[in-house]
Amino acid sequence: MFETFSHIALQQYWYIIVSLLGSILVFLLFVQGGQTLVYQLGKSNDERSLLINTIGSKWEFTFTTLVTFGGAFFASFPLFYSTSFGGAYWVWIIILFAFVIQAVSYEFRSKPANLLGTRVFDGFLFVNGLLGTVLLGAAVSTFFTGSSFVIDADRHSSWTLATRGLEAALNIQNLSLGLAVFFLSRVLACLYFFKTISNDAIILKARKHLLYNAIPFLVFFLLFTGMLMLKDGFAVNGSTGEVYMQPYKYFRNLVEMPVVAILFLGGVISVLAGIALPVLSFSKNGDKAIWFGGLGTVITVFSIFLLAGFNNTAYYPSVADLQSSLTISNSSSSHYTLTAMSYVSLLVPFVLAYIVFVWRALSKKKTDIKDLAGEHVY
Amino acid sequence: MTHLNDPSLVDWSRAQFALTAIYHWLFVPLTLGLSFIIAFMETLYVKTGKEEWKRITKFWMTLFGINFAIGVATGIILEFEFGTNWSNYSWFVGDIFGAPLAVEGIMAFFIESTFIAVMFFGWNKVSKKFHLVSTWLTAIGANLSALWILVANSWMQYPVGMHFNPDTVRNEMTNFWEVLFSPVAINKFMHTVLSGYILAAVFVIGISSWYLLKNREVRFAKLSIVVAAVFGMVMSVLIILTGDQSARLMANHQPMKFAAMENLYDGQTKAPLVVFGLLKTNSEEKTGKEEFLMKFEIPNVLSSMAFLDKNAYVPGIKDLTQGNPEYKIMSVDEKIAKGKVAVQALKDYSNAKKANDSGALSTSLNLLNENYKYFGYGYLTDAGQTVPPVKLTFYSFRIMVGLGFWFVILFIIALTLILKNRIEKKRWFLWAALISIPLAYLASQVGWIVTEVGRQPWVIQDLMPSITAVSDINVGSVKITFVLFAVAFTILLIAEIKIMLKQIKIGPKDGGNE
Repeated sequence: MFETFSHIALQQYWYIIVSLLGSILVFLLFVQGGQTLVYQLGKSNDERSLLINTIGSKWEFTFTTLVTFGGAFFASFPLFYSTSFGGAYWVWIIILFAFVIQAVSYEFRSKPANLLGTRVFDGFLFVNGLLGTVLLGAAVSTFFTGSSFVIDADRHSSWTLATRGLEAALNIQNLSLGLAVFFLSRVLACLYFFKTISNDAIILKARKHLLYNAIPFLVFFLLFTGMLMLKDGFAVNGSTGEVYMQPYKYFRNLVEMPVVAILFLGGVISVLAGIALPVLSFSKNGDKAIWFGGLGTVITVFSIFLLAGFNNTAYYPSVADLQSSLTISNSSSSHYTLTAMSYVSLLVPFVLAYIVFVWRALSKKKTDIKDLAGEHVY
Repeated sequence: MTHLNDPSLVDWSRAQFALTAIYHWLFVPLTLGLSFIIAFMETLYVKTGKEEWKRITKFWMTLFGINFAIGVATGIILEFEFGTNWSNYSWFVGDIFGAPLAVEGIMAFFIESTFIAVMFFGWNKVSKKFHLVSTWLTAIGANLSALWILVANSWMQYPVGMHFNPDTVRNEMTNFWEVLFSPVAINKFMHTVLSGYILAAVFVIGISSWYLLKNREVRFAKLSIVVAAVFGMVMSVLIILTGDQSARLMANHQPMKFAAMENLYDGQTKAPLVVFGLLKTNSEEKTGKEEFLMKFEIPNVLSSMAFLDKNAYVPGIKDLTQGNPEYKIMSVDEKIAKGKVAVQALKDYSNAKKANDSGALSTSLNLLNENYKYFGYGYLTDAGQTVPPVKLTFYSFRIMVGLGFWFVILFIIALTLILKNRIEKKRWFLWAALISIPLAYLASQVGWIVTEVGRQPWVIQDLMPSITAVSDINVGSVKITFVLFAVAFTILLIAEIKIMLKQIKIGPKDGGNE
C-alpha cells in the first residue's frame, strides 16, 4: 500500500505523525504542570501525596511520548535530529536532565533511606515541571523564529553561536510560547485533578489556580500568536527548493490551508471551553473539562506544527544561512525507510486503544487519601 | 569540519556515551529478568490462589519498581546522545538506525509504560486475570524494547540491508527484514536478554539467601529461590548456546575483535583456546604486542569454536593488520588506500554533479561503489588504529565466561539443596549466593566491554570510525556534561542502593513498603 505513495506524500504523512506525537506530548505535559502545583494545592503531606500519586500514574505516558517523539523524528527526519540535537546542545541537555531527575523522583520520594529526602525529590519534580515545559515550548517556537546553523554538502551541521541553543530562550516569541506551554500545563493539571481527585480542599484550591494560570496562559499565547501572524516567514520555492523570506508567511499559511485554520480555531475554542465550563458550572462540567482542554490542546498544537512545515515552508529554518534551512523534503529518510515505517505506524491506533482502555480501567473512580493505603505509593 | 581532527573531542564523547551506557546497563538487565520472574510468581498466585505467592510477587515488584525508574532515567539520555554527541553518525546512518528506535517507542515503550501502571496501581482496581496479563505484558514490553535497540546495535557491528547513496551522502535501508533478522541481531538479542535473566535469577537467589542467613522469611526465601533457580538454569543452557554462536559470528564478521579477545597475535591452524591467561605488564610498549606471562590453553578449540573445524586457520592481529596473502587477508594499509579512493571518489562525484559532467559522474560513482566496502578506512592513517585495546578485551571476555559458568553451578547447587530441604543449613552456599550478586553485574558489564571496546575504532564496522561520527561541539561542553552526568548518576545510584537495601531489610511483610 505505502509503496505506491510518492516520496513527498510519505514525507507529509510522517510529518503529520510526528506533529501528532508532539501535540499529544504537549497535552500530557499536564503531568509536569501538576508537579509545579503540588505545594500550592497540597498543604499537608497527605494532600501532597494524593496529588503526586494521582499524576504519578501517568508520568510514564509523558516520558514515553517524549522518547517516541524523538525516535520518530530520528527515523523520519534524521537531518533535523542531527542538526538540532547536535547543535542546540545545551537546550536539549537541560531538557533531558530535567526528565532524568523526574523519572526517579516519583519512585524514590517517599521511600525510606532515599538519601536526598522527600523535599529534594519534590524539588526535582518542580524543576522538571518548569524547565521541561518552558524549554520544550521555546524549542518548538524556533520552528518559526529560526536557529543559527549551517549545513555543508556532506550534511554535516555546525551551530554558529557559542550559546548552543540557549539563545532561543532569550527571544520574546520563543519565551512567550515557552511560558504559554508552562501555564497551559498547569491549567490542564487543574482540569485533570477535577476529574481524578476526591478531596474538597484540593479541588477548591485547584479551581482558584485554574484562573490564576489561565490568564497568563492566554496573555502569552496571544502574544505568541500575534507575533506569528505578523512576522515574515521562511518560505520555500516549490520548484527550486530555494528558501526565502516571505511577509506574513504564517498568516498566509493559515489562509491558504483552511483545514489548518479550522483546526487551529477549533482547538483554541475547545481549550477555552475547557477553562470556561468549570468556571461557569463546576458541578456539571468539572469532570468533563479535561477532555475539552486536552483535545483542544492536541488539535491546536497539531495545527501549529502544520503551519510550520506545510505549504512550502521550512519547518526548521536557519537564520545563519537560509539555504541550510530544513524542509520536509530535504531532511527526511528515504522512500524505502518511510514506507517500512509507515506500516509500523498502522499500530498506532491499537496503541491508542489499549492506552485508553487501561486509562479508563484505572480511573473508574476518583482517588481519595484513604485509597493510597495498601497500594504502591509514590 | 575541524572538529573531526580533535581526538580529545572524540575521547570525551566516547567517555560520556560509555558512562551513560554503563550506568544504564546497571539497571536494565534486572528489569529484563525480574519482570519475567515476577510474572511467573504472579501466575502461581493466580493458579493456586495462595496469598503467599501474592506477597512474594509484591515484594519483588517493589524492588523492580525502584530499579525500573532509574533505568528509564538513564535510557532517555542514551537515545538522545546519538543526536547531541554523534550528529554526523545520526545523518550517515539515521535512515537505518532511526527506524528501530522509532519502532521501539511505538511497539515496546508504550506497552511497558501502559501496563506497568496496572501492575503497580491495579491490584485493587482490575481483576486478577487482567492484572496478571498486565504483568506479563510489562515483561514482554521491556524485552521488546531491548530487541529494537539491540537490532540497531547489531547493525553497527554488522551492517546489512542497505546501500550508500552518494546524492544524500548517507547509507539508506534497502531491506528492513535483513536488518531485523540479521544473524548477528538475533543472536545478540538472545544473548543479551538471557544475560539479564541470569542476573535477575542470581539477584533473587542472593537476596533470598540473605533472609535465610538471617533466619527470616524462610518460606518466602525458599519459594523465591525455587522459581529463580529453575529460571536461571534454563536460561544458562540457552546462553551457552548463544555465546557459542556469538564467537562464530564474531570470527566471521569482526575477526579483529575475535583476535583481540583471544590475544592471538600470529594466526594459526588448530588454534588453541586460552582458558586462563595472564598478560605481561608493559609488553605492548616494548614489543608492539601483548605477551603472555602464563596461560592455560586447550588445543584446537579456538578453531572449532570459530569455524566448526579444528584445522581451520584463525587469523591473528598481525595477519589482520599486515595482511596474509596465503589466506587472502588484505593488509590495513591496502584497505586504507582503497578507503581513500572511496572518500575521494565521493568528493569527485559531488563536484561532477555540480559541474553537470556525466562522464566524471559515472567514473567517480564506479570507483566509489568498488571501494565503498573500505570507506571508513579512508579516514585512518595507520594500521595500528584498527587494533582495539587487547588487554581489556582479553580479560573482560574471560571474566564474563568464567562467571557465567559459576552461575550455572550456583543454580544447580541451589536447586539441589532446595530439593533436599537443606539450603538454610549450608551457610557457605548462602554467603556464596549473596556475594554472587555483584559478580552478576560485573559479568554483565564486561560482556558489553568485549562487544563495544573490542570493535574500536569503528562506530559502524569498516564504514565509519568514531573520529568522523562526533558532533561539532566544543570539547569543554562535553567535559561539563560528562561531569554533570557522572555526578548525577552516581548520586542516583547511591540513593537507589540505599532504598533497595532498606526495602530488603523491611522484607516482604507488606509488599516491601513501610
